Amino acid sequence: MSSVAEPADLMDAAAPRRWRPASYLFAAVCVAVIAVMLFPIVMALMASLKTGADAVAVPPHYLPSTLSLENYAKVFQYQAGLRVYLFNSLAVASLTILLCLALAIPAGYGLAAFPLPGKEVIFLMLLLGLMAPYQALLTPLYRLFSTLGLTNSYLGLAVIHTILQLPFSIYLMRNSFEALPRELAEAADIDGAGSLQTLWHIFLPAALPSIVTLVLFAFITSWNEFIAALIFMNRENGFTVPVMLVGVRSGHFGSVDWGAVEAGVIISILPCFLIYLLLQKYYVSGFLTGAIK
Amino acid sequence: MTDRRGAVGLLYVAPALLFVAAFVIYPVFDLLRMSLTSASLLGGGEFVGFKNYLKAASDGVFQRALWFTVKYTVLITPILIIGGFALALLAAEKSPLARLTRAIVFMPVIIGLGTSSLIWVWLFDEQVGLVNKLLVDAGLIHQPIVWFADGTLGLWAVVVSIVWKVIGYGMLLMLAGVQSLGSDIFEAATIDGAGYWQRVWHLTLPLSSRTIALTTLVSAIGSMLAFDQFYIMTGGAPRGDTFTAVYWIYQNSFIYFKLGYGAALSVILMLIIFLASAIQIYMVRRASRA
Repeated sequence: MSSVAEPADLMDAAAPRRWRPASYLFAAVCVAVIAVMLFPIVMALMASLKTGADAVAVPPHYLPSTLSLENYAKVFQYQAGLRVYLFNSLAVASLTILLCLALAIPAGYGLAAFPLPGKEVIFLMLLLGLMAPYQALLTPLYRLFSTLGLTNSYLGLAVIHTILQLPFSIYLMRNSFEALPRELAEAADIDGAGSLQTLWHIFLPAALPSIVTLVLFAFITSWNEFIAALIFMNRENGFTVPVMLVGVRSGHFGSVDWGAVEAGVIISILPCFLIYLLLQKYYVSGFLTGAIK
Repeated sequence: MTDRRGAVGLLYVAPALLFVAAFVIYPVFDLLRMSLTSASLLGGGEFVGFKNYLKAASDGVFQRALWFTVKYTVLITPILIIGGFALALLAAEKSPLARLTRAIVFMPVIIGLGTSSLIWVWLFDEQVGLVNKLLVDAGLIHQPIVWFADGTLGLWAVVVSIVWKVIGYGMLLMLAGVQSLGSDIFEAATIDGAGYWQRVWHLTLPLSSRTIALTTLVSAIGSMLAFDQFYIMTGGAPRGDTFTAVYWIYQNSFIYFKLGYGAALSVILMLIIFLASAIQIYMVRRASRA
């Protein structure tokens, strides 16, 4: 052994010895937690890759005996076809994103960059949607939408998803605009740029990360939302993916085709996972902002 | 000048204000009005005063549903808080394994509640479900359990599924709380000879009390509004034992088309949630001033 300590030895010396058994325990607990958390998703994936008969075997097997895409084929052909339901979900999500952007960016800008009279009262009013649970408002909204012709329409459901997502979006935009240095806006003023130009050329580019977060959250909320989609899109061809999956599960032909259900589950999880993997940074920071709303 | 800028600012805020007025404030008033009528889905509806509220007071199913919702909330919230705090402690360690654990525990939060319920209703299926298979393989039971034939077992199945789905939420909130505490005080305590659990008990826990209270409220409000998981997993069965408040409102409004009555039930639920939210906002404002 040389007299100069290796880096590893230095670290050992820094950590008290009694920590070492604890670190094995720590690792064991982590692995156990990971196993429990992954189990449902991995098993759903396995079930989706079984053959139809294999997926409803009693008692069940953990793993598929032969790999098959039969269940995916079945989901793709379910009723009007999965493509229709995916399109519905994407259309509603896109409109939700547009509505949230169109309302929250100006609102955040107005609150952050202008001396509004009664600013805090206005802000609280905008956050009212948080305090009135939309589950309790579905009845009056249904009646309102019947009058406006917004039931069974993408726009109608998107409006409901916007109700859910708007308080967070406004909060987010206000915060991120307020975090910008004052001089930016003042410099623009001296240049004689109009307020719309200031928003477009200075505020928006600087708040880009928040906009990404806003879009992500609006998408996920809309993609996953269930009860309003169930009530407001009551025609078979208008179902969103979650509602359609519940339809697959209730099985029109007596027994439940679990393989097809889990294949649908995997498909509906996929966009959420992709977003999470690619944009985790935005997701987690936005999540923490939202929780402190 | 200031006046003019204020007016310009109002112009920017106006669309969002109009949206909220049309789709939140107006519906709240319409809900209050409807709750005093005998409205059905076909429109109309006579003014009936407080008849719907009196009916709610003597509606056994609604009371049972409300009670069941409270039971569910009281059951699941401590599990989420204690579990979330324990996971936050785990995830706060500085190691790649801790970071991986954090990322995986949080994963179910982003998938839909409907989707996760469909996974779990399958896992708990009495015939093809892997929960029974695991329990049989482990020698814990001999016969598969029929989870959804019994209100209590069905409730537990839902609790397990929701803990899996949302525990990452509490973990992340409390992790942020723990990390915002700063390391100085912990280092000082370590030098003074405090062990890990002593530091958790005497420092982390008391210093996180606000985050814990906030997480408790968020979780309690969410649980009081439970619908998807019961609609998909138990369908209210058996015998309406697992109807939640929102579920019963849904049944009345959109299955039986008793809109007026459904509205009265919604008002009652909204008041309960409103109270909880008011406490939440008050707490957050206090926390952010501190």
